[in-house]
Amino acid sequence: MKKKDHDGKVSGQLAYLGDVKLDSMLYGVLYRSPIPYGKVRSIQLPPLPEGYEKIGAEHIPDGANFVKLLHKDQPIFANEWVNYIGEPIFMLVGPKLDILHQLVEEAQVDMEEHPAILTLEEAIQQKDQTGVFASHEFGESLEVIQTIETNAHQIVEEEYETGYQEHVYLEPQGMLGIYKEDEIHVEGSMQCLYYVKKALVSALACDEDEVRVIQSPTGGGFGGKEDFPSMMACHVGIAAKVVKKPVMLLFDRAEDFEVTTKRHPAKFKYRTALDEKGNILCMHVELFLDCGANAGLSPVVLQRALLNSAGVYKIPHFHAKGYALKTNTVPNGAFRGFGAPQSFAAIESLMGHISRKLKRDPIAYKRNYLVKQGDHTITGGKFKDPVLMEDMIKDLMLTVDYTKKKEEFLGFNQQNKRYKKGIGASFFLHGCGFTGSGERDHIKATVKLVKTESDQVLIKISNSDMGQGALTIMSKIVARELGLPYKDISFPYPDTKEVPDSGPTVASRTTMIVGKLLERAASKMKAGWLSGVSQEVVEHYVHEEMIPWNEEKFSGDAYPAYAWGVNMIELEVDTLTGNVRVEKIYGSYDIGKAIDEQIVKGQIDGGMVQGIAYGCMEKMTSKSGKIQQKSISDYGPPTAMDVVHIESKLYDNPFAGGPYGAKGVGELPLTGGAPAVQAAIEDALQISFYQIPVTPELIIESLTKKAGGSS
Amino acid sequence: MITFNLNGREVETEAPPTMRLIDLLRDEFQLIGSKEGCGDGECGTCSVLVNSLLHNSCLVPIGAIEGAEVITIDGYCKTEQFQLLSECYSEAGAVQCGFCIPGMVMASAAILSQNPHPTEEEIREGISGNLCRCTGYNMIVDAIDLAAKKGEGLW
Repeated sequence: MKKKDHDGKVSGQLAYLGDVKLDSMLYGVLYRSPIPYGKVRSIQLPPLPEGYEKIGAEHIPDGANFVKLLHKDQPIFANEWVNYIGEPIFMLVGPKLDILHQLVEEAQVDMEEHPAILTLEEAIQQKDQTGVFASHEFGESLEVIQTIETNAHQIVEEEYETGYQEHVYLEPQGMLGIYKEDEIHVEGSMQCLYYVKKALVSALACDEDEVRVIQSPTGGGFGGKEDFPSMMACHVGIAAKVVKKPVMLLFDRAEDFEVTTKRHPAKFKYRTALDEKGNILCMHVELFLDCGANAGLSPVVLQRALLNSAGVYKIPHFHAKGYALKTNTVPNGAFRGFGAPQSFAAIESLMGHISRKLKRDPIAYKRNYLVKQGDHTITGGKFKDPVLMEDMIKDLMLTVDYTKKKEEFLGFNQQNKRYKKGIGASFFLHGCGFTGSGERDHIKATVKLVKTESDQVLIKISNSDMGQGALTIMSKIVARELGLPYKDISFPYPDTKEVPDSGPTVASRTTMIVGKLLERAASKMKAGWLSGVSQEVVEHYVHEEMIPWNEEKFSGDAYPAYAWGVNMIELEVDTLTGNVRVEKIYGSYDIGKAIDEQIVKGQIDGGMVQGIAYGCMEKMTSKSGKIQQKSISDYGPPTAMDVVHIESKLYDNPFAGGPYGAKGVGELPLTGGAPAVQAAIEDALQISFYQIPVTPELIIESLTKKAGGSS
Repeated sequence: MITFNLNGREVETEAPPTMRLIDLLRDEFQLIGSKEGCGDGECGTCSVLVNSLLHNSCLVPIGAIEGAEVITIDGYCKTEQFQLLSECYSEAGAVQCGFCIPGMVMASAAILSQNPHPTEEEIREGISGNLCRCTGYNMIVDAIDLAAKKGEGLW
């Protein structure tokens, strides 16, 4: 079926924000902090030509100079202190971009630099003194853990690190503020209209109806356009109000790389007690997230990381604690998987290493611990729906003829000095919807369906299509329920003047939660359908009966449903260059029921490639508080040459709470990529790695170390 | 004054020869099909054909196109070949966020016009200068393969 937005996209004629030009439109360029931590002593600007103005903290009403998210700690323009390199201090606006860049270059800002915390390790060392945005501890009591450890046959201790990941959405961030007599209208590339609106209402200190937010076609998000656009919206909203003209703020790629949010680097410390047969007796996990300079969404990312810290395993006597830590580096934020990819990389790595220590096959070993329907989650919730993992793993092993392949690869590796082949698997899940009671207490989604007098049906929700296919999927759900042709359903780009708050486009919730509401709304509309009459149906979220979530104690059902995945990767490592050539990629998924198999396949392919790249290619680093990668080639996302065809399979396991049985799909496929690729590299080289990405440099270094230091 | 053929029409511009072709196309000719994803010639979203060869328009100074034939997606989308590519992109499910797609379509055109029967390897190589962050490429590779198969005689 042709996607709703196909024609405009394929012909290039759909106008993204950068394609918009308005009369008398001005551009904005931000002056950013050159130091990681310190005070702004004075600002001296060159003489500004006519039509150019400075916009800064002085234009924000008292007390609201922060982006309204979770904490009041993210200034729109730095007041006095700066907390990271790249923090906006002021913005110059005017008609010509090249002149603006020149003026920003000539600005003299006197800064008083103070000692900064620049690495996660420093933040961990000093966490008791400063900068813990959030922490949680839960699970078995430490006394019990200690007793088990004392009597254990063996304790395995491991540390594991994951790095930054950059979204590299193809369309850089952009926002346009338009001044109107009675409202500030902001449009741009974004996932969460009401987050943006909330931030604007707070920054402009105005009423709800004085701000209007419209999504423009969004050239990729992956979480990168969840929280960050709120900041840019405040910049252009404030500027538009001051200069009473449209103000456009568009990032180029280098600026986007250096200052926008990224996936949190993380560190894990595991202590696992084993009996003499290698059975796990208990596990103790500490995890640390590098949040950068502001809390942003980090407290929730930490929750998601912790909730996934035991992977898909039933670990007896599990105890976890986690910290979201402040560093004076660029703030980290949402990225597809939202903390889960870090945890799955870590736990899958650990389980693989334990199995190798015990000389057991990793798949066989990990299978012993798979959770089953009816089992408790690590927070005392319940996996109440069928868990198909065992079947999915068995099927995939048959498909690839796992045992035979292992033998084949062993033979190949014995014969071949330079090239080594390996196969690795990852098992994972993704909780669908917001964590804990988020949907019920915070989001409270509302959807609206409108029917015109000519019987055209319009979908009015605040969820955005950023390429994942929401326009098409939602239209399909409504069309099916109403028994109308899909082409008769319209889904205009959301505009807060028109749509109720159906929540942000995040957390694998759009199809499952919002789609279900639309299914119900459409069903009601059908029951009361009066041809030739305009009608409206509004539907609100209803919380399912679950084990109540207690955020303080970190107990109860963290999610209404889980989607599941199994990945397997075959690859070859060139031990001379360290290059990894991925040869086969398999993915099996239980996402409930696919509403559109092709769109799901698109999510699977794209997510797996991002996940594999996270595991072995994409390396972003910060040095002295500054992001080192300024361009696509510095960073290295995969090209078509780095990828092979992906064999994926879907398993039906309809979930009653989702439309036609659908669960979430957006984030899940990214999660398994990194651990599968790491496991396959480890299998090829018979070396353990304790970090991702496993880059060619790291491979060479590890091979050299294995060979006793001589290269 | 620089004169060149733009999408089948002789055009001229007074713009300085060092100006980037992408800016000329977007600002002077109001052709929005070539998107700017990086400005460094690394992502391919601004791909156009210059004398039938694929170029990143962000790297081409307009002084270099004097007398040349430039085809952008805005002109190419009126052709029969485009219609087929569009159908195949749809059939393969190759369009997600869409930002890379105009550039991908131009790369597809370049591949197929030079080699109507490309292998998978040749397709991958042909689009390797065009980044896509949504699809993982395979559906795009399928779309081009499909267009090769369906477009017998067209390329």
